[in-house]
Amino acid sequence: MSPIWLRFKDALRRHPTAIAGAVVLSLMVGVALFAPWLGTTDPLALSPIRRLKPPSAEYWFGTDMIGRDVYSRVVYGTRVSLSVGVAVALLASVIGLSIGLVTGYLRWLDAVMMRVMDGLMSIPSVLLAIALISLTKASLGNVIVAIAITEVPRVVRLVRSLVLTLREQPYVEAAIASGTRLPAILLRHILPNTVAPLLVQATYICASAMITEAILSFIGAGTPPNIPSWGNIMAEARSLIQIAGTILLFPGLFLSVTVLSVNLLGDGMRDALDPRLARRM
Amino acid sequence: MLRYLLKRLLATIPVMGVVALFVFSLLYLSPGDPAAVIAGDIATEADIARIRAQLGLDQPYLVRFGGWLWALAHGDLGTSIFTSLPVATLIGQRVEPTLALTLCTMIVAVALAVPLGVLAAARAGGWLDRIVMAVSVLGFSVPVFVIAYGLILLFAVHLEWLPVQGYRSWHDGFGPFISHMILPSVALGIVYMALIARITRATMLDVLAQDYVRTATAKGLAPHTMLIRHALKNAAVPIVTVIGIGVALLIGGVVVTETVFAIPGLGRLTVDAILRRDYPIIQGVTLLFSAVYVLVNLLVDLSYSLFDPRIRY
Repeated sequence: MSPIWLRFKDALRRHPTAIAGAVVLSLMVGVALFAPWLGTTDPLALSPIRRLKPPSAEYWFGTDMIGRDVYSRVVYGTRVSLSVGVAVALLASVIGLSIGLVTGYLRWLDAVMMRVMDGLMSIPSVLLAIALISLTKASLGNVIVAIAITEVPRVVRLVRSLVLTLREQPYVEAAIASGTRLPAILLRHILPNTVAPLLVQATYICASAMITEAILSFIGAGTPPNIPSWGNIMAEARSLIQIAGTILLFPGLFLSVTVLSVNLLGDGMRDALDPRLARRM
Repeated sequence: MLRYLLKRLLATIPVMGVVALFVFSLLYLSPGDPAAVIAGDIATEADIARIRAQLGLDQPYLVRFGGWLWALAHGDLGTSIFTSLPVATLIGQRVEPTLALTLCTMIVAVALAVPLGVLAAARAGGWLDRIVMAVSVLGFSVPVFVIAYGLILLFAVHLEWLPVQGYRSWHDGFGPFISHMILPSVALGIVYMALIARITRATMLDVLAQDYVRTATAKGLAPHTMLIRHALKNAAVPIVTVIGIGVALLIGGVVVTETVFAIPGLGRLTVDAILRRDYPIIQGVTLLFSAVYVLVNLLVDLSYSLFDPRIRY
């Protein structure tokens, strides 16, 4: 056995669920990347003759109301969900990090920004996203921005609380005493220490963004209907629940498994960062 | 107590002020012309101008905001673009089903999640603990409409025990009301339960490691008395806090659950408003739900002194 295999076995024994999450997530990324070569046909091609077929050897997950291949649509939907999750996590982290770094350090700005964040956090996030989207034209970009805005306050709070403890550290005081300027203190001395907790938070944001995208698409306030996303596939199958429930089941299953794998990965990273929490949560 | 209550009530004003300012300003901040977006692709110039006037977008920002706040203070949430009815009236017609659904869900979720969390902590590492933890991880990962359709397929379509969808008011009798309420409440409640059970277990584990718990056990106190009278009471504050915070999850879930189960409540009103881009309705519902969320969490804050006599206001 090679050392790499041994190391993998060791990690698997200590964090079995996190490794399982990573493996499933990698599979999903593979599905998204290689969607055209996974036995799929054009996810948008419709043919009324073959509509509402049950799952079979030819149409693995059956066909929908206008004869599109549900398997192909679900496979291509992986691309939408994963890109929304990753894009929202990146966007919310970058915006939240910038606001959090500055407000955590500047007392006068802190009071104002925290009231603004409290207000934003009092608006239930699905409703906030709905309000944002109802005023813009439907597009994937707008969905990503709207979901990111709802996630920003939580990132700001996390980064701010980290900065408030870090700024009292002796090495930061030493940097101030030796005349380091504010931007350098923030970027060189404080930013690197926020990366690890932020990475965990970003993983959870990715999971919750995928659920929010599906919810928004499902109620008709999300990804435009011409893009096959899991939420859209389920929205279109809504009226078919009593005759073709399987169309609803497959995208729901893919969504749940993907979100679960991201959450497990996040839990594993959190435990690795803070072993004290690992026993309890 | 009264002074503290007044102070806390006053503290909610800036928060609600930010909410109102934000929800109002969205009309101005959004890229492009919201009036054109709301009017849709086949609208004429005259339609767009009419909607712009109806939303007040033809007036200066501050004038409009002042007028809007003044109306809001008098209970006027604006007028629906599509039906021309006052938003407050439309909301009033839809409150009952949403209130029934959320209350049922909260009662079921709290009544199940707290005992499960306590038992999981009491037998940490045991089979019940493992099941509770697994279900709570799943609860965070499976979206509410996937759970809802799973339940419908199993209990309504396959077994035919419960109705597929719809809503019956309790005025029509308790039986039909409950049979229509079971599936939606369970679907909506799973993620809320996951949250409460997780926090209950974590807090209980902390409390059970305390010295006074060991003393209580050592002097021969019955396990259930110790768990409830000594441990749960001291774990109550974080649990109640998370019950309050979780209301945000419930509100988001209501919109989806009402769509899946065709319940004519506030969530359904919102979804219909999205399809018609009826922004005043979305604005009104968002404001109402945010106010409810802030109020619930104020009540949670005030309830702390019930559980912990050391907290005095």
